[in-house]
Amino acid sequence: MNKDELLRSMNEAIVAGNKAAAAALGAEAVRSGADLLEVIEKGYVPGLQRVGELWEQGEYFLPELISSAEAMKAAMAVLKPELDRKNIEARRGGKVVIGTVEGDIHDIGKNLVASMLQAGGFEVYDLGADVKLERFIEKAEAVGAGIICLSALLTTTMTNQKRLIGLLHEKGLRDKYKVLVGGAPASHKWADEIGADGYAENAVAAVKLVRTMTGGD
Amino acid sequence: MIKIKRPKLELLSGTFVEMLVDEGLTLLETQGIMVENAEALRLLGDAGAVVDLASQRARLGRRLVEGCLASTPSSITLFDRSGEKAFAVGGDEVHFDPGSAAVTLLDHDTQEERKAATADLVDFYKLVETLENIHFQSTGLISSDVPAAVSDGYRLYLGLCLSAKPFVTGTFRVEGFRPMKDFLVAVRGGERELRLKPLAIFDACPSPPLKWSNLTAQSLLDAARAGIPSELISMGLTGATSPVTIAGTLVQHVAENLSGLTICQVVAQGAPVIFGGSPASFDMRKGTTPMGAVETMMIDSAYAQIGKFLKLPTHAYMGLSDAKVNDPQAGFETAMGAVLGALSGINVISGPGMLDFESSQSLEKLVIDDGICAMVYRLLAGIAQRDDPIALGLFEGFTPDMQFLSLPHTRQWYRKEHIQAGLADRDPYEAWVTAGRTSIVDKAHADVRRRLEEYDASPLADPVRKEMDKIMAAYARSQGVDRLPVWDF
Repeated sequence: MNKDELLRSMNEAIVAGNKAAAAALGAEAVRSGADLLEVIEKGYVPGLQRVGELWEQGEYFLPELISSAEAMKAAMAVLKPELDRKNIEARRGGKVVIGTVEGDIHDIGKNLVASMLQAGGFEVYDLGADVKLERFIEKAEAVGAGIICLSALLTTTMTNQKRLIGLLHEKGLRDKYKVLVGGAPASHKWADEIGADGYAENAVAAVKLVRTMTGGD
Repeated sequence: MIKIKRPKLELLSGTFVEMLVDEGLTLLETQGIMVENAEALRLLGDAGAVVDLASQRARLGRRLVEGCLASTPSSITLFDRSGEKAFAVGGDEVHFDPGSAAVTLLDHDTQEERKAATADLVDFYKLVETLENIHFQSTGLISSDVPAAVSDGYRLYLGLCLSAKPFVTGTFRVEGFRPMKDFLVAVRGGERELRLKPLAIFDACPSPPLKWSNLTAQSLLDAARAGIPSELISMGLTGATSPVTIAGTLVQHVAENLSGLTICQVVAQGAPVIFGGSPASFDMRKGTTPMGAVETMMIDSAYAQIGKFLKLPTHAYMGLSDAKVNDPQAGFETAMGAVLGALSGINVISGPGMLDFESSQSLEKLVIDDGICAMVYRLLAGIAQRDDPIALGLFEGFTPDMQFLSLPHTRQWYRKEHIQAGLADRDPYEAWVTAGRTSIVDKAHADVRRRLEEYDASPLADPVRKEMDKIMAAYARSQGVDRLPVWDF
């Protein structure tokens, strides 16, 4: 397989959500000594961008989105040890702490956003569901994350998104983090109201938002 | 005379039903179920399940589950507060109750959802009390002005004070069961009396896939011991928390329901259980849980068919909508669900009044939906042979100027054969214009006001009320709550 074929196949594997193919192509790139940063940027990433477009056009639905994200993660899992070994720093999107706020056990939407962010090259710390507010801050402090993403599905628990911002103020840490909110009852208006830094209505929009926040493209 | 045929919907062939049940049983035997409750695990283990305490997993053998199925009553009789009026929950009997535990109320004046308060819940109970086609009450709204620590108990307390109908309710916290049971015992005058004449159904929702949380498992144990019917609310979301195929979701549904039933039977053989649920066809774009999707209704109808095959009382969340206001979507989704649910012979249909994925209630919608339920009951009553011969006698001596309006036969039968229109518009166009082009929602709002003014339910007997007050006060105190919104009944 020449390089162009390899890159095209990688793109196609992501668009098709083919985890096995994405990983096998990654292994082939390692074996053949290809430029790993190039295969990521010109092979896999354009595939992921295409998936985003297909979602926005209404062609792709959640199952396609999640399987493409999984394929991307599978490819990166193959490439990562090799990159580490060669001391190559892959372009990183930054560190993100994410979770569903306390009192709320719904995590389907949050898992999707976490997965998409991870696939998009971000270092994601997923705290799970029903997460105590202090935990978000502790984790962000510990790993040096710049972004905290809060999910809530219930109108009764979304107020915890507001409480977290209050908590950051109390600790004098508000300016250190971008706080993004999501979930069924959240909205741009809600984000403004509670002084959050942003809101995204779905996983694709969330990745774009985080990218903007971290100064990416 | 011809026997009236009850119209009936069955989506599955008999062979398919047997396959689905068989896979459900195999699933329980091979993979088992997670139970985050030590007592339930212990009881399951004592009954012969293969239990791993460390992973909180119980594998339920076929013989155990089939034995539990055999000891579960096929029908339950609920009684109203007075203990006089009986409602059979079994066979093909159909009873509607409002979709429950909404967090918001659609405010008619602003047409916005807002948090519900105790005053709204009081209106809700009073209104439902007046709706004759909605047989059961539900603790339908979560009041934002009541501390969460006591809100499950307080809403049942208020309901029993304001309404004579049987209740569909449930606990939010393990501690909530005791006072809620005590209220029911107080109304009946004793534990034995409550067991003989159940007044309320307790909902318990497994967490898909295949898990009973500590709270829900405890609710099953507590209710079974008290002889209170447990309604099992499995709620797989196709492709998200259960298999994406309808049939695959049905397998999980069978396994979850039968595991709940088994927990009830191992603690109290013969405990009343309702095969129910609130699954949904997961929306693959929005990530939402549409109750008005036709596939959701198909899952409901099909699992109810399976429940009937297993000789169990049945329940579903149908006759509700995902619309945010009372628009055409609210009407068509509600009517489709109510009709399909009733034709499936589902015993308890929870839905009326509900909007926005089970999160919002509307008083106006309750009134509109009561009219839908009236039509559904008429449909279920079927077509009767009233006369023999059917009509030949009426045509005796036929002449072209014959008309039927003045016939005694017409007067004799029209009220039995045809129901009144409810709030549906049946005016000629000009009359509709002259009357101000009133929408059904405005008519419903006026009807809500009228009904609330006319509400006149008999209050609880004084000693019972005093006992209830005492239980409520003690519960509030035990949870560190010193003030509750008071209401003048």
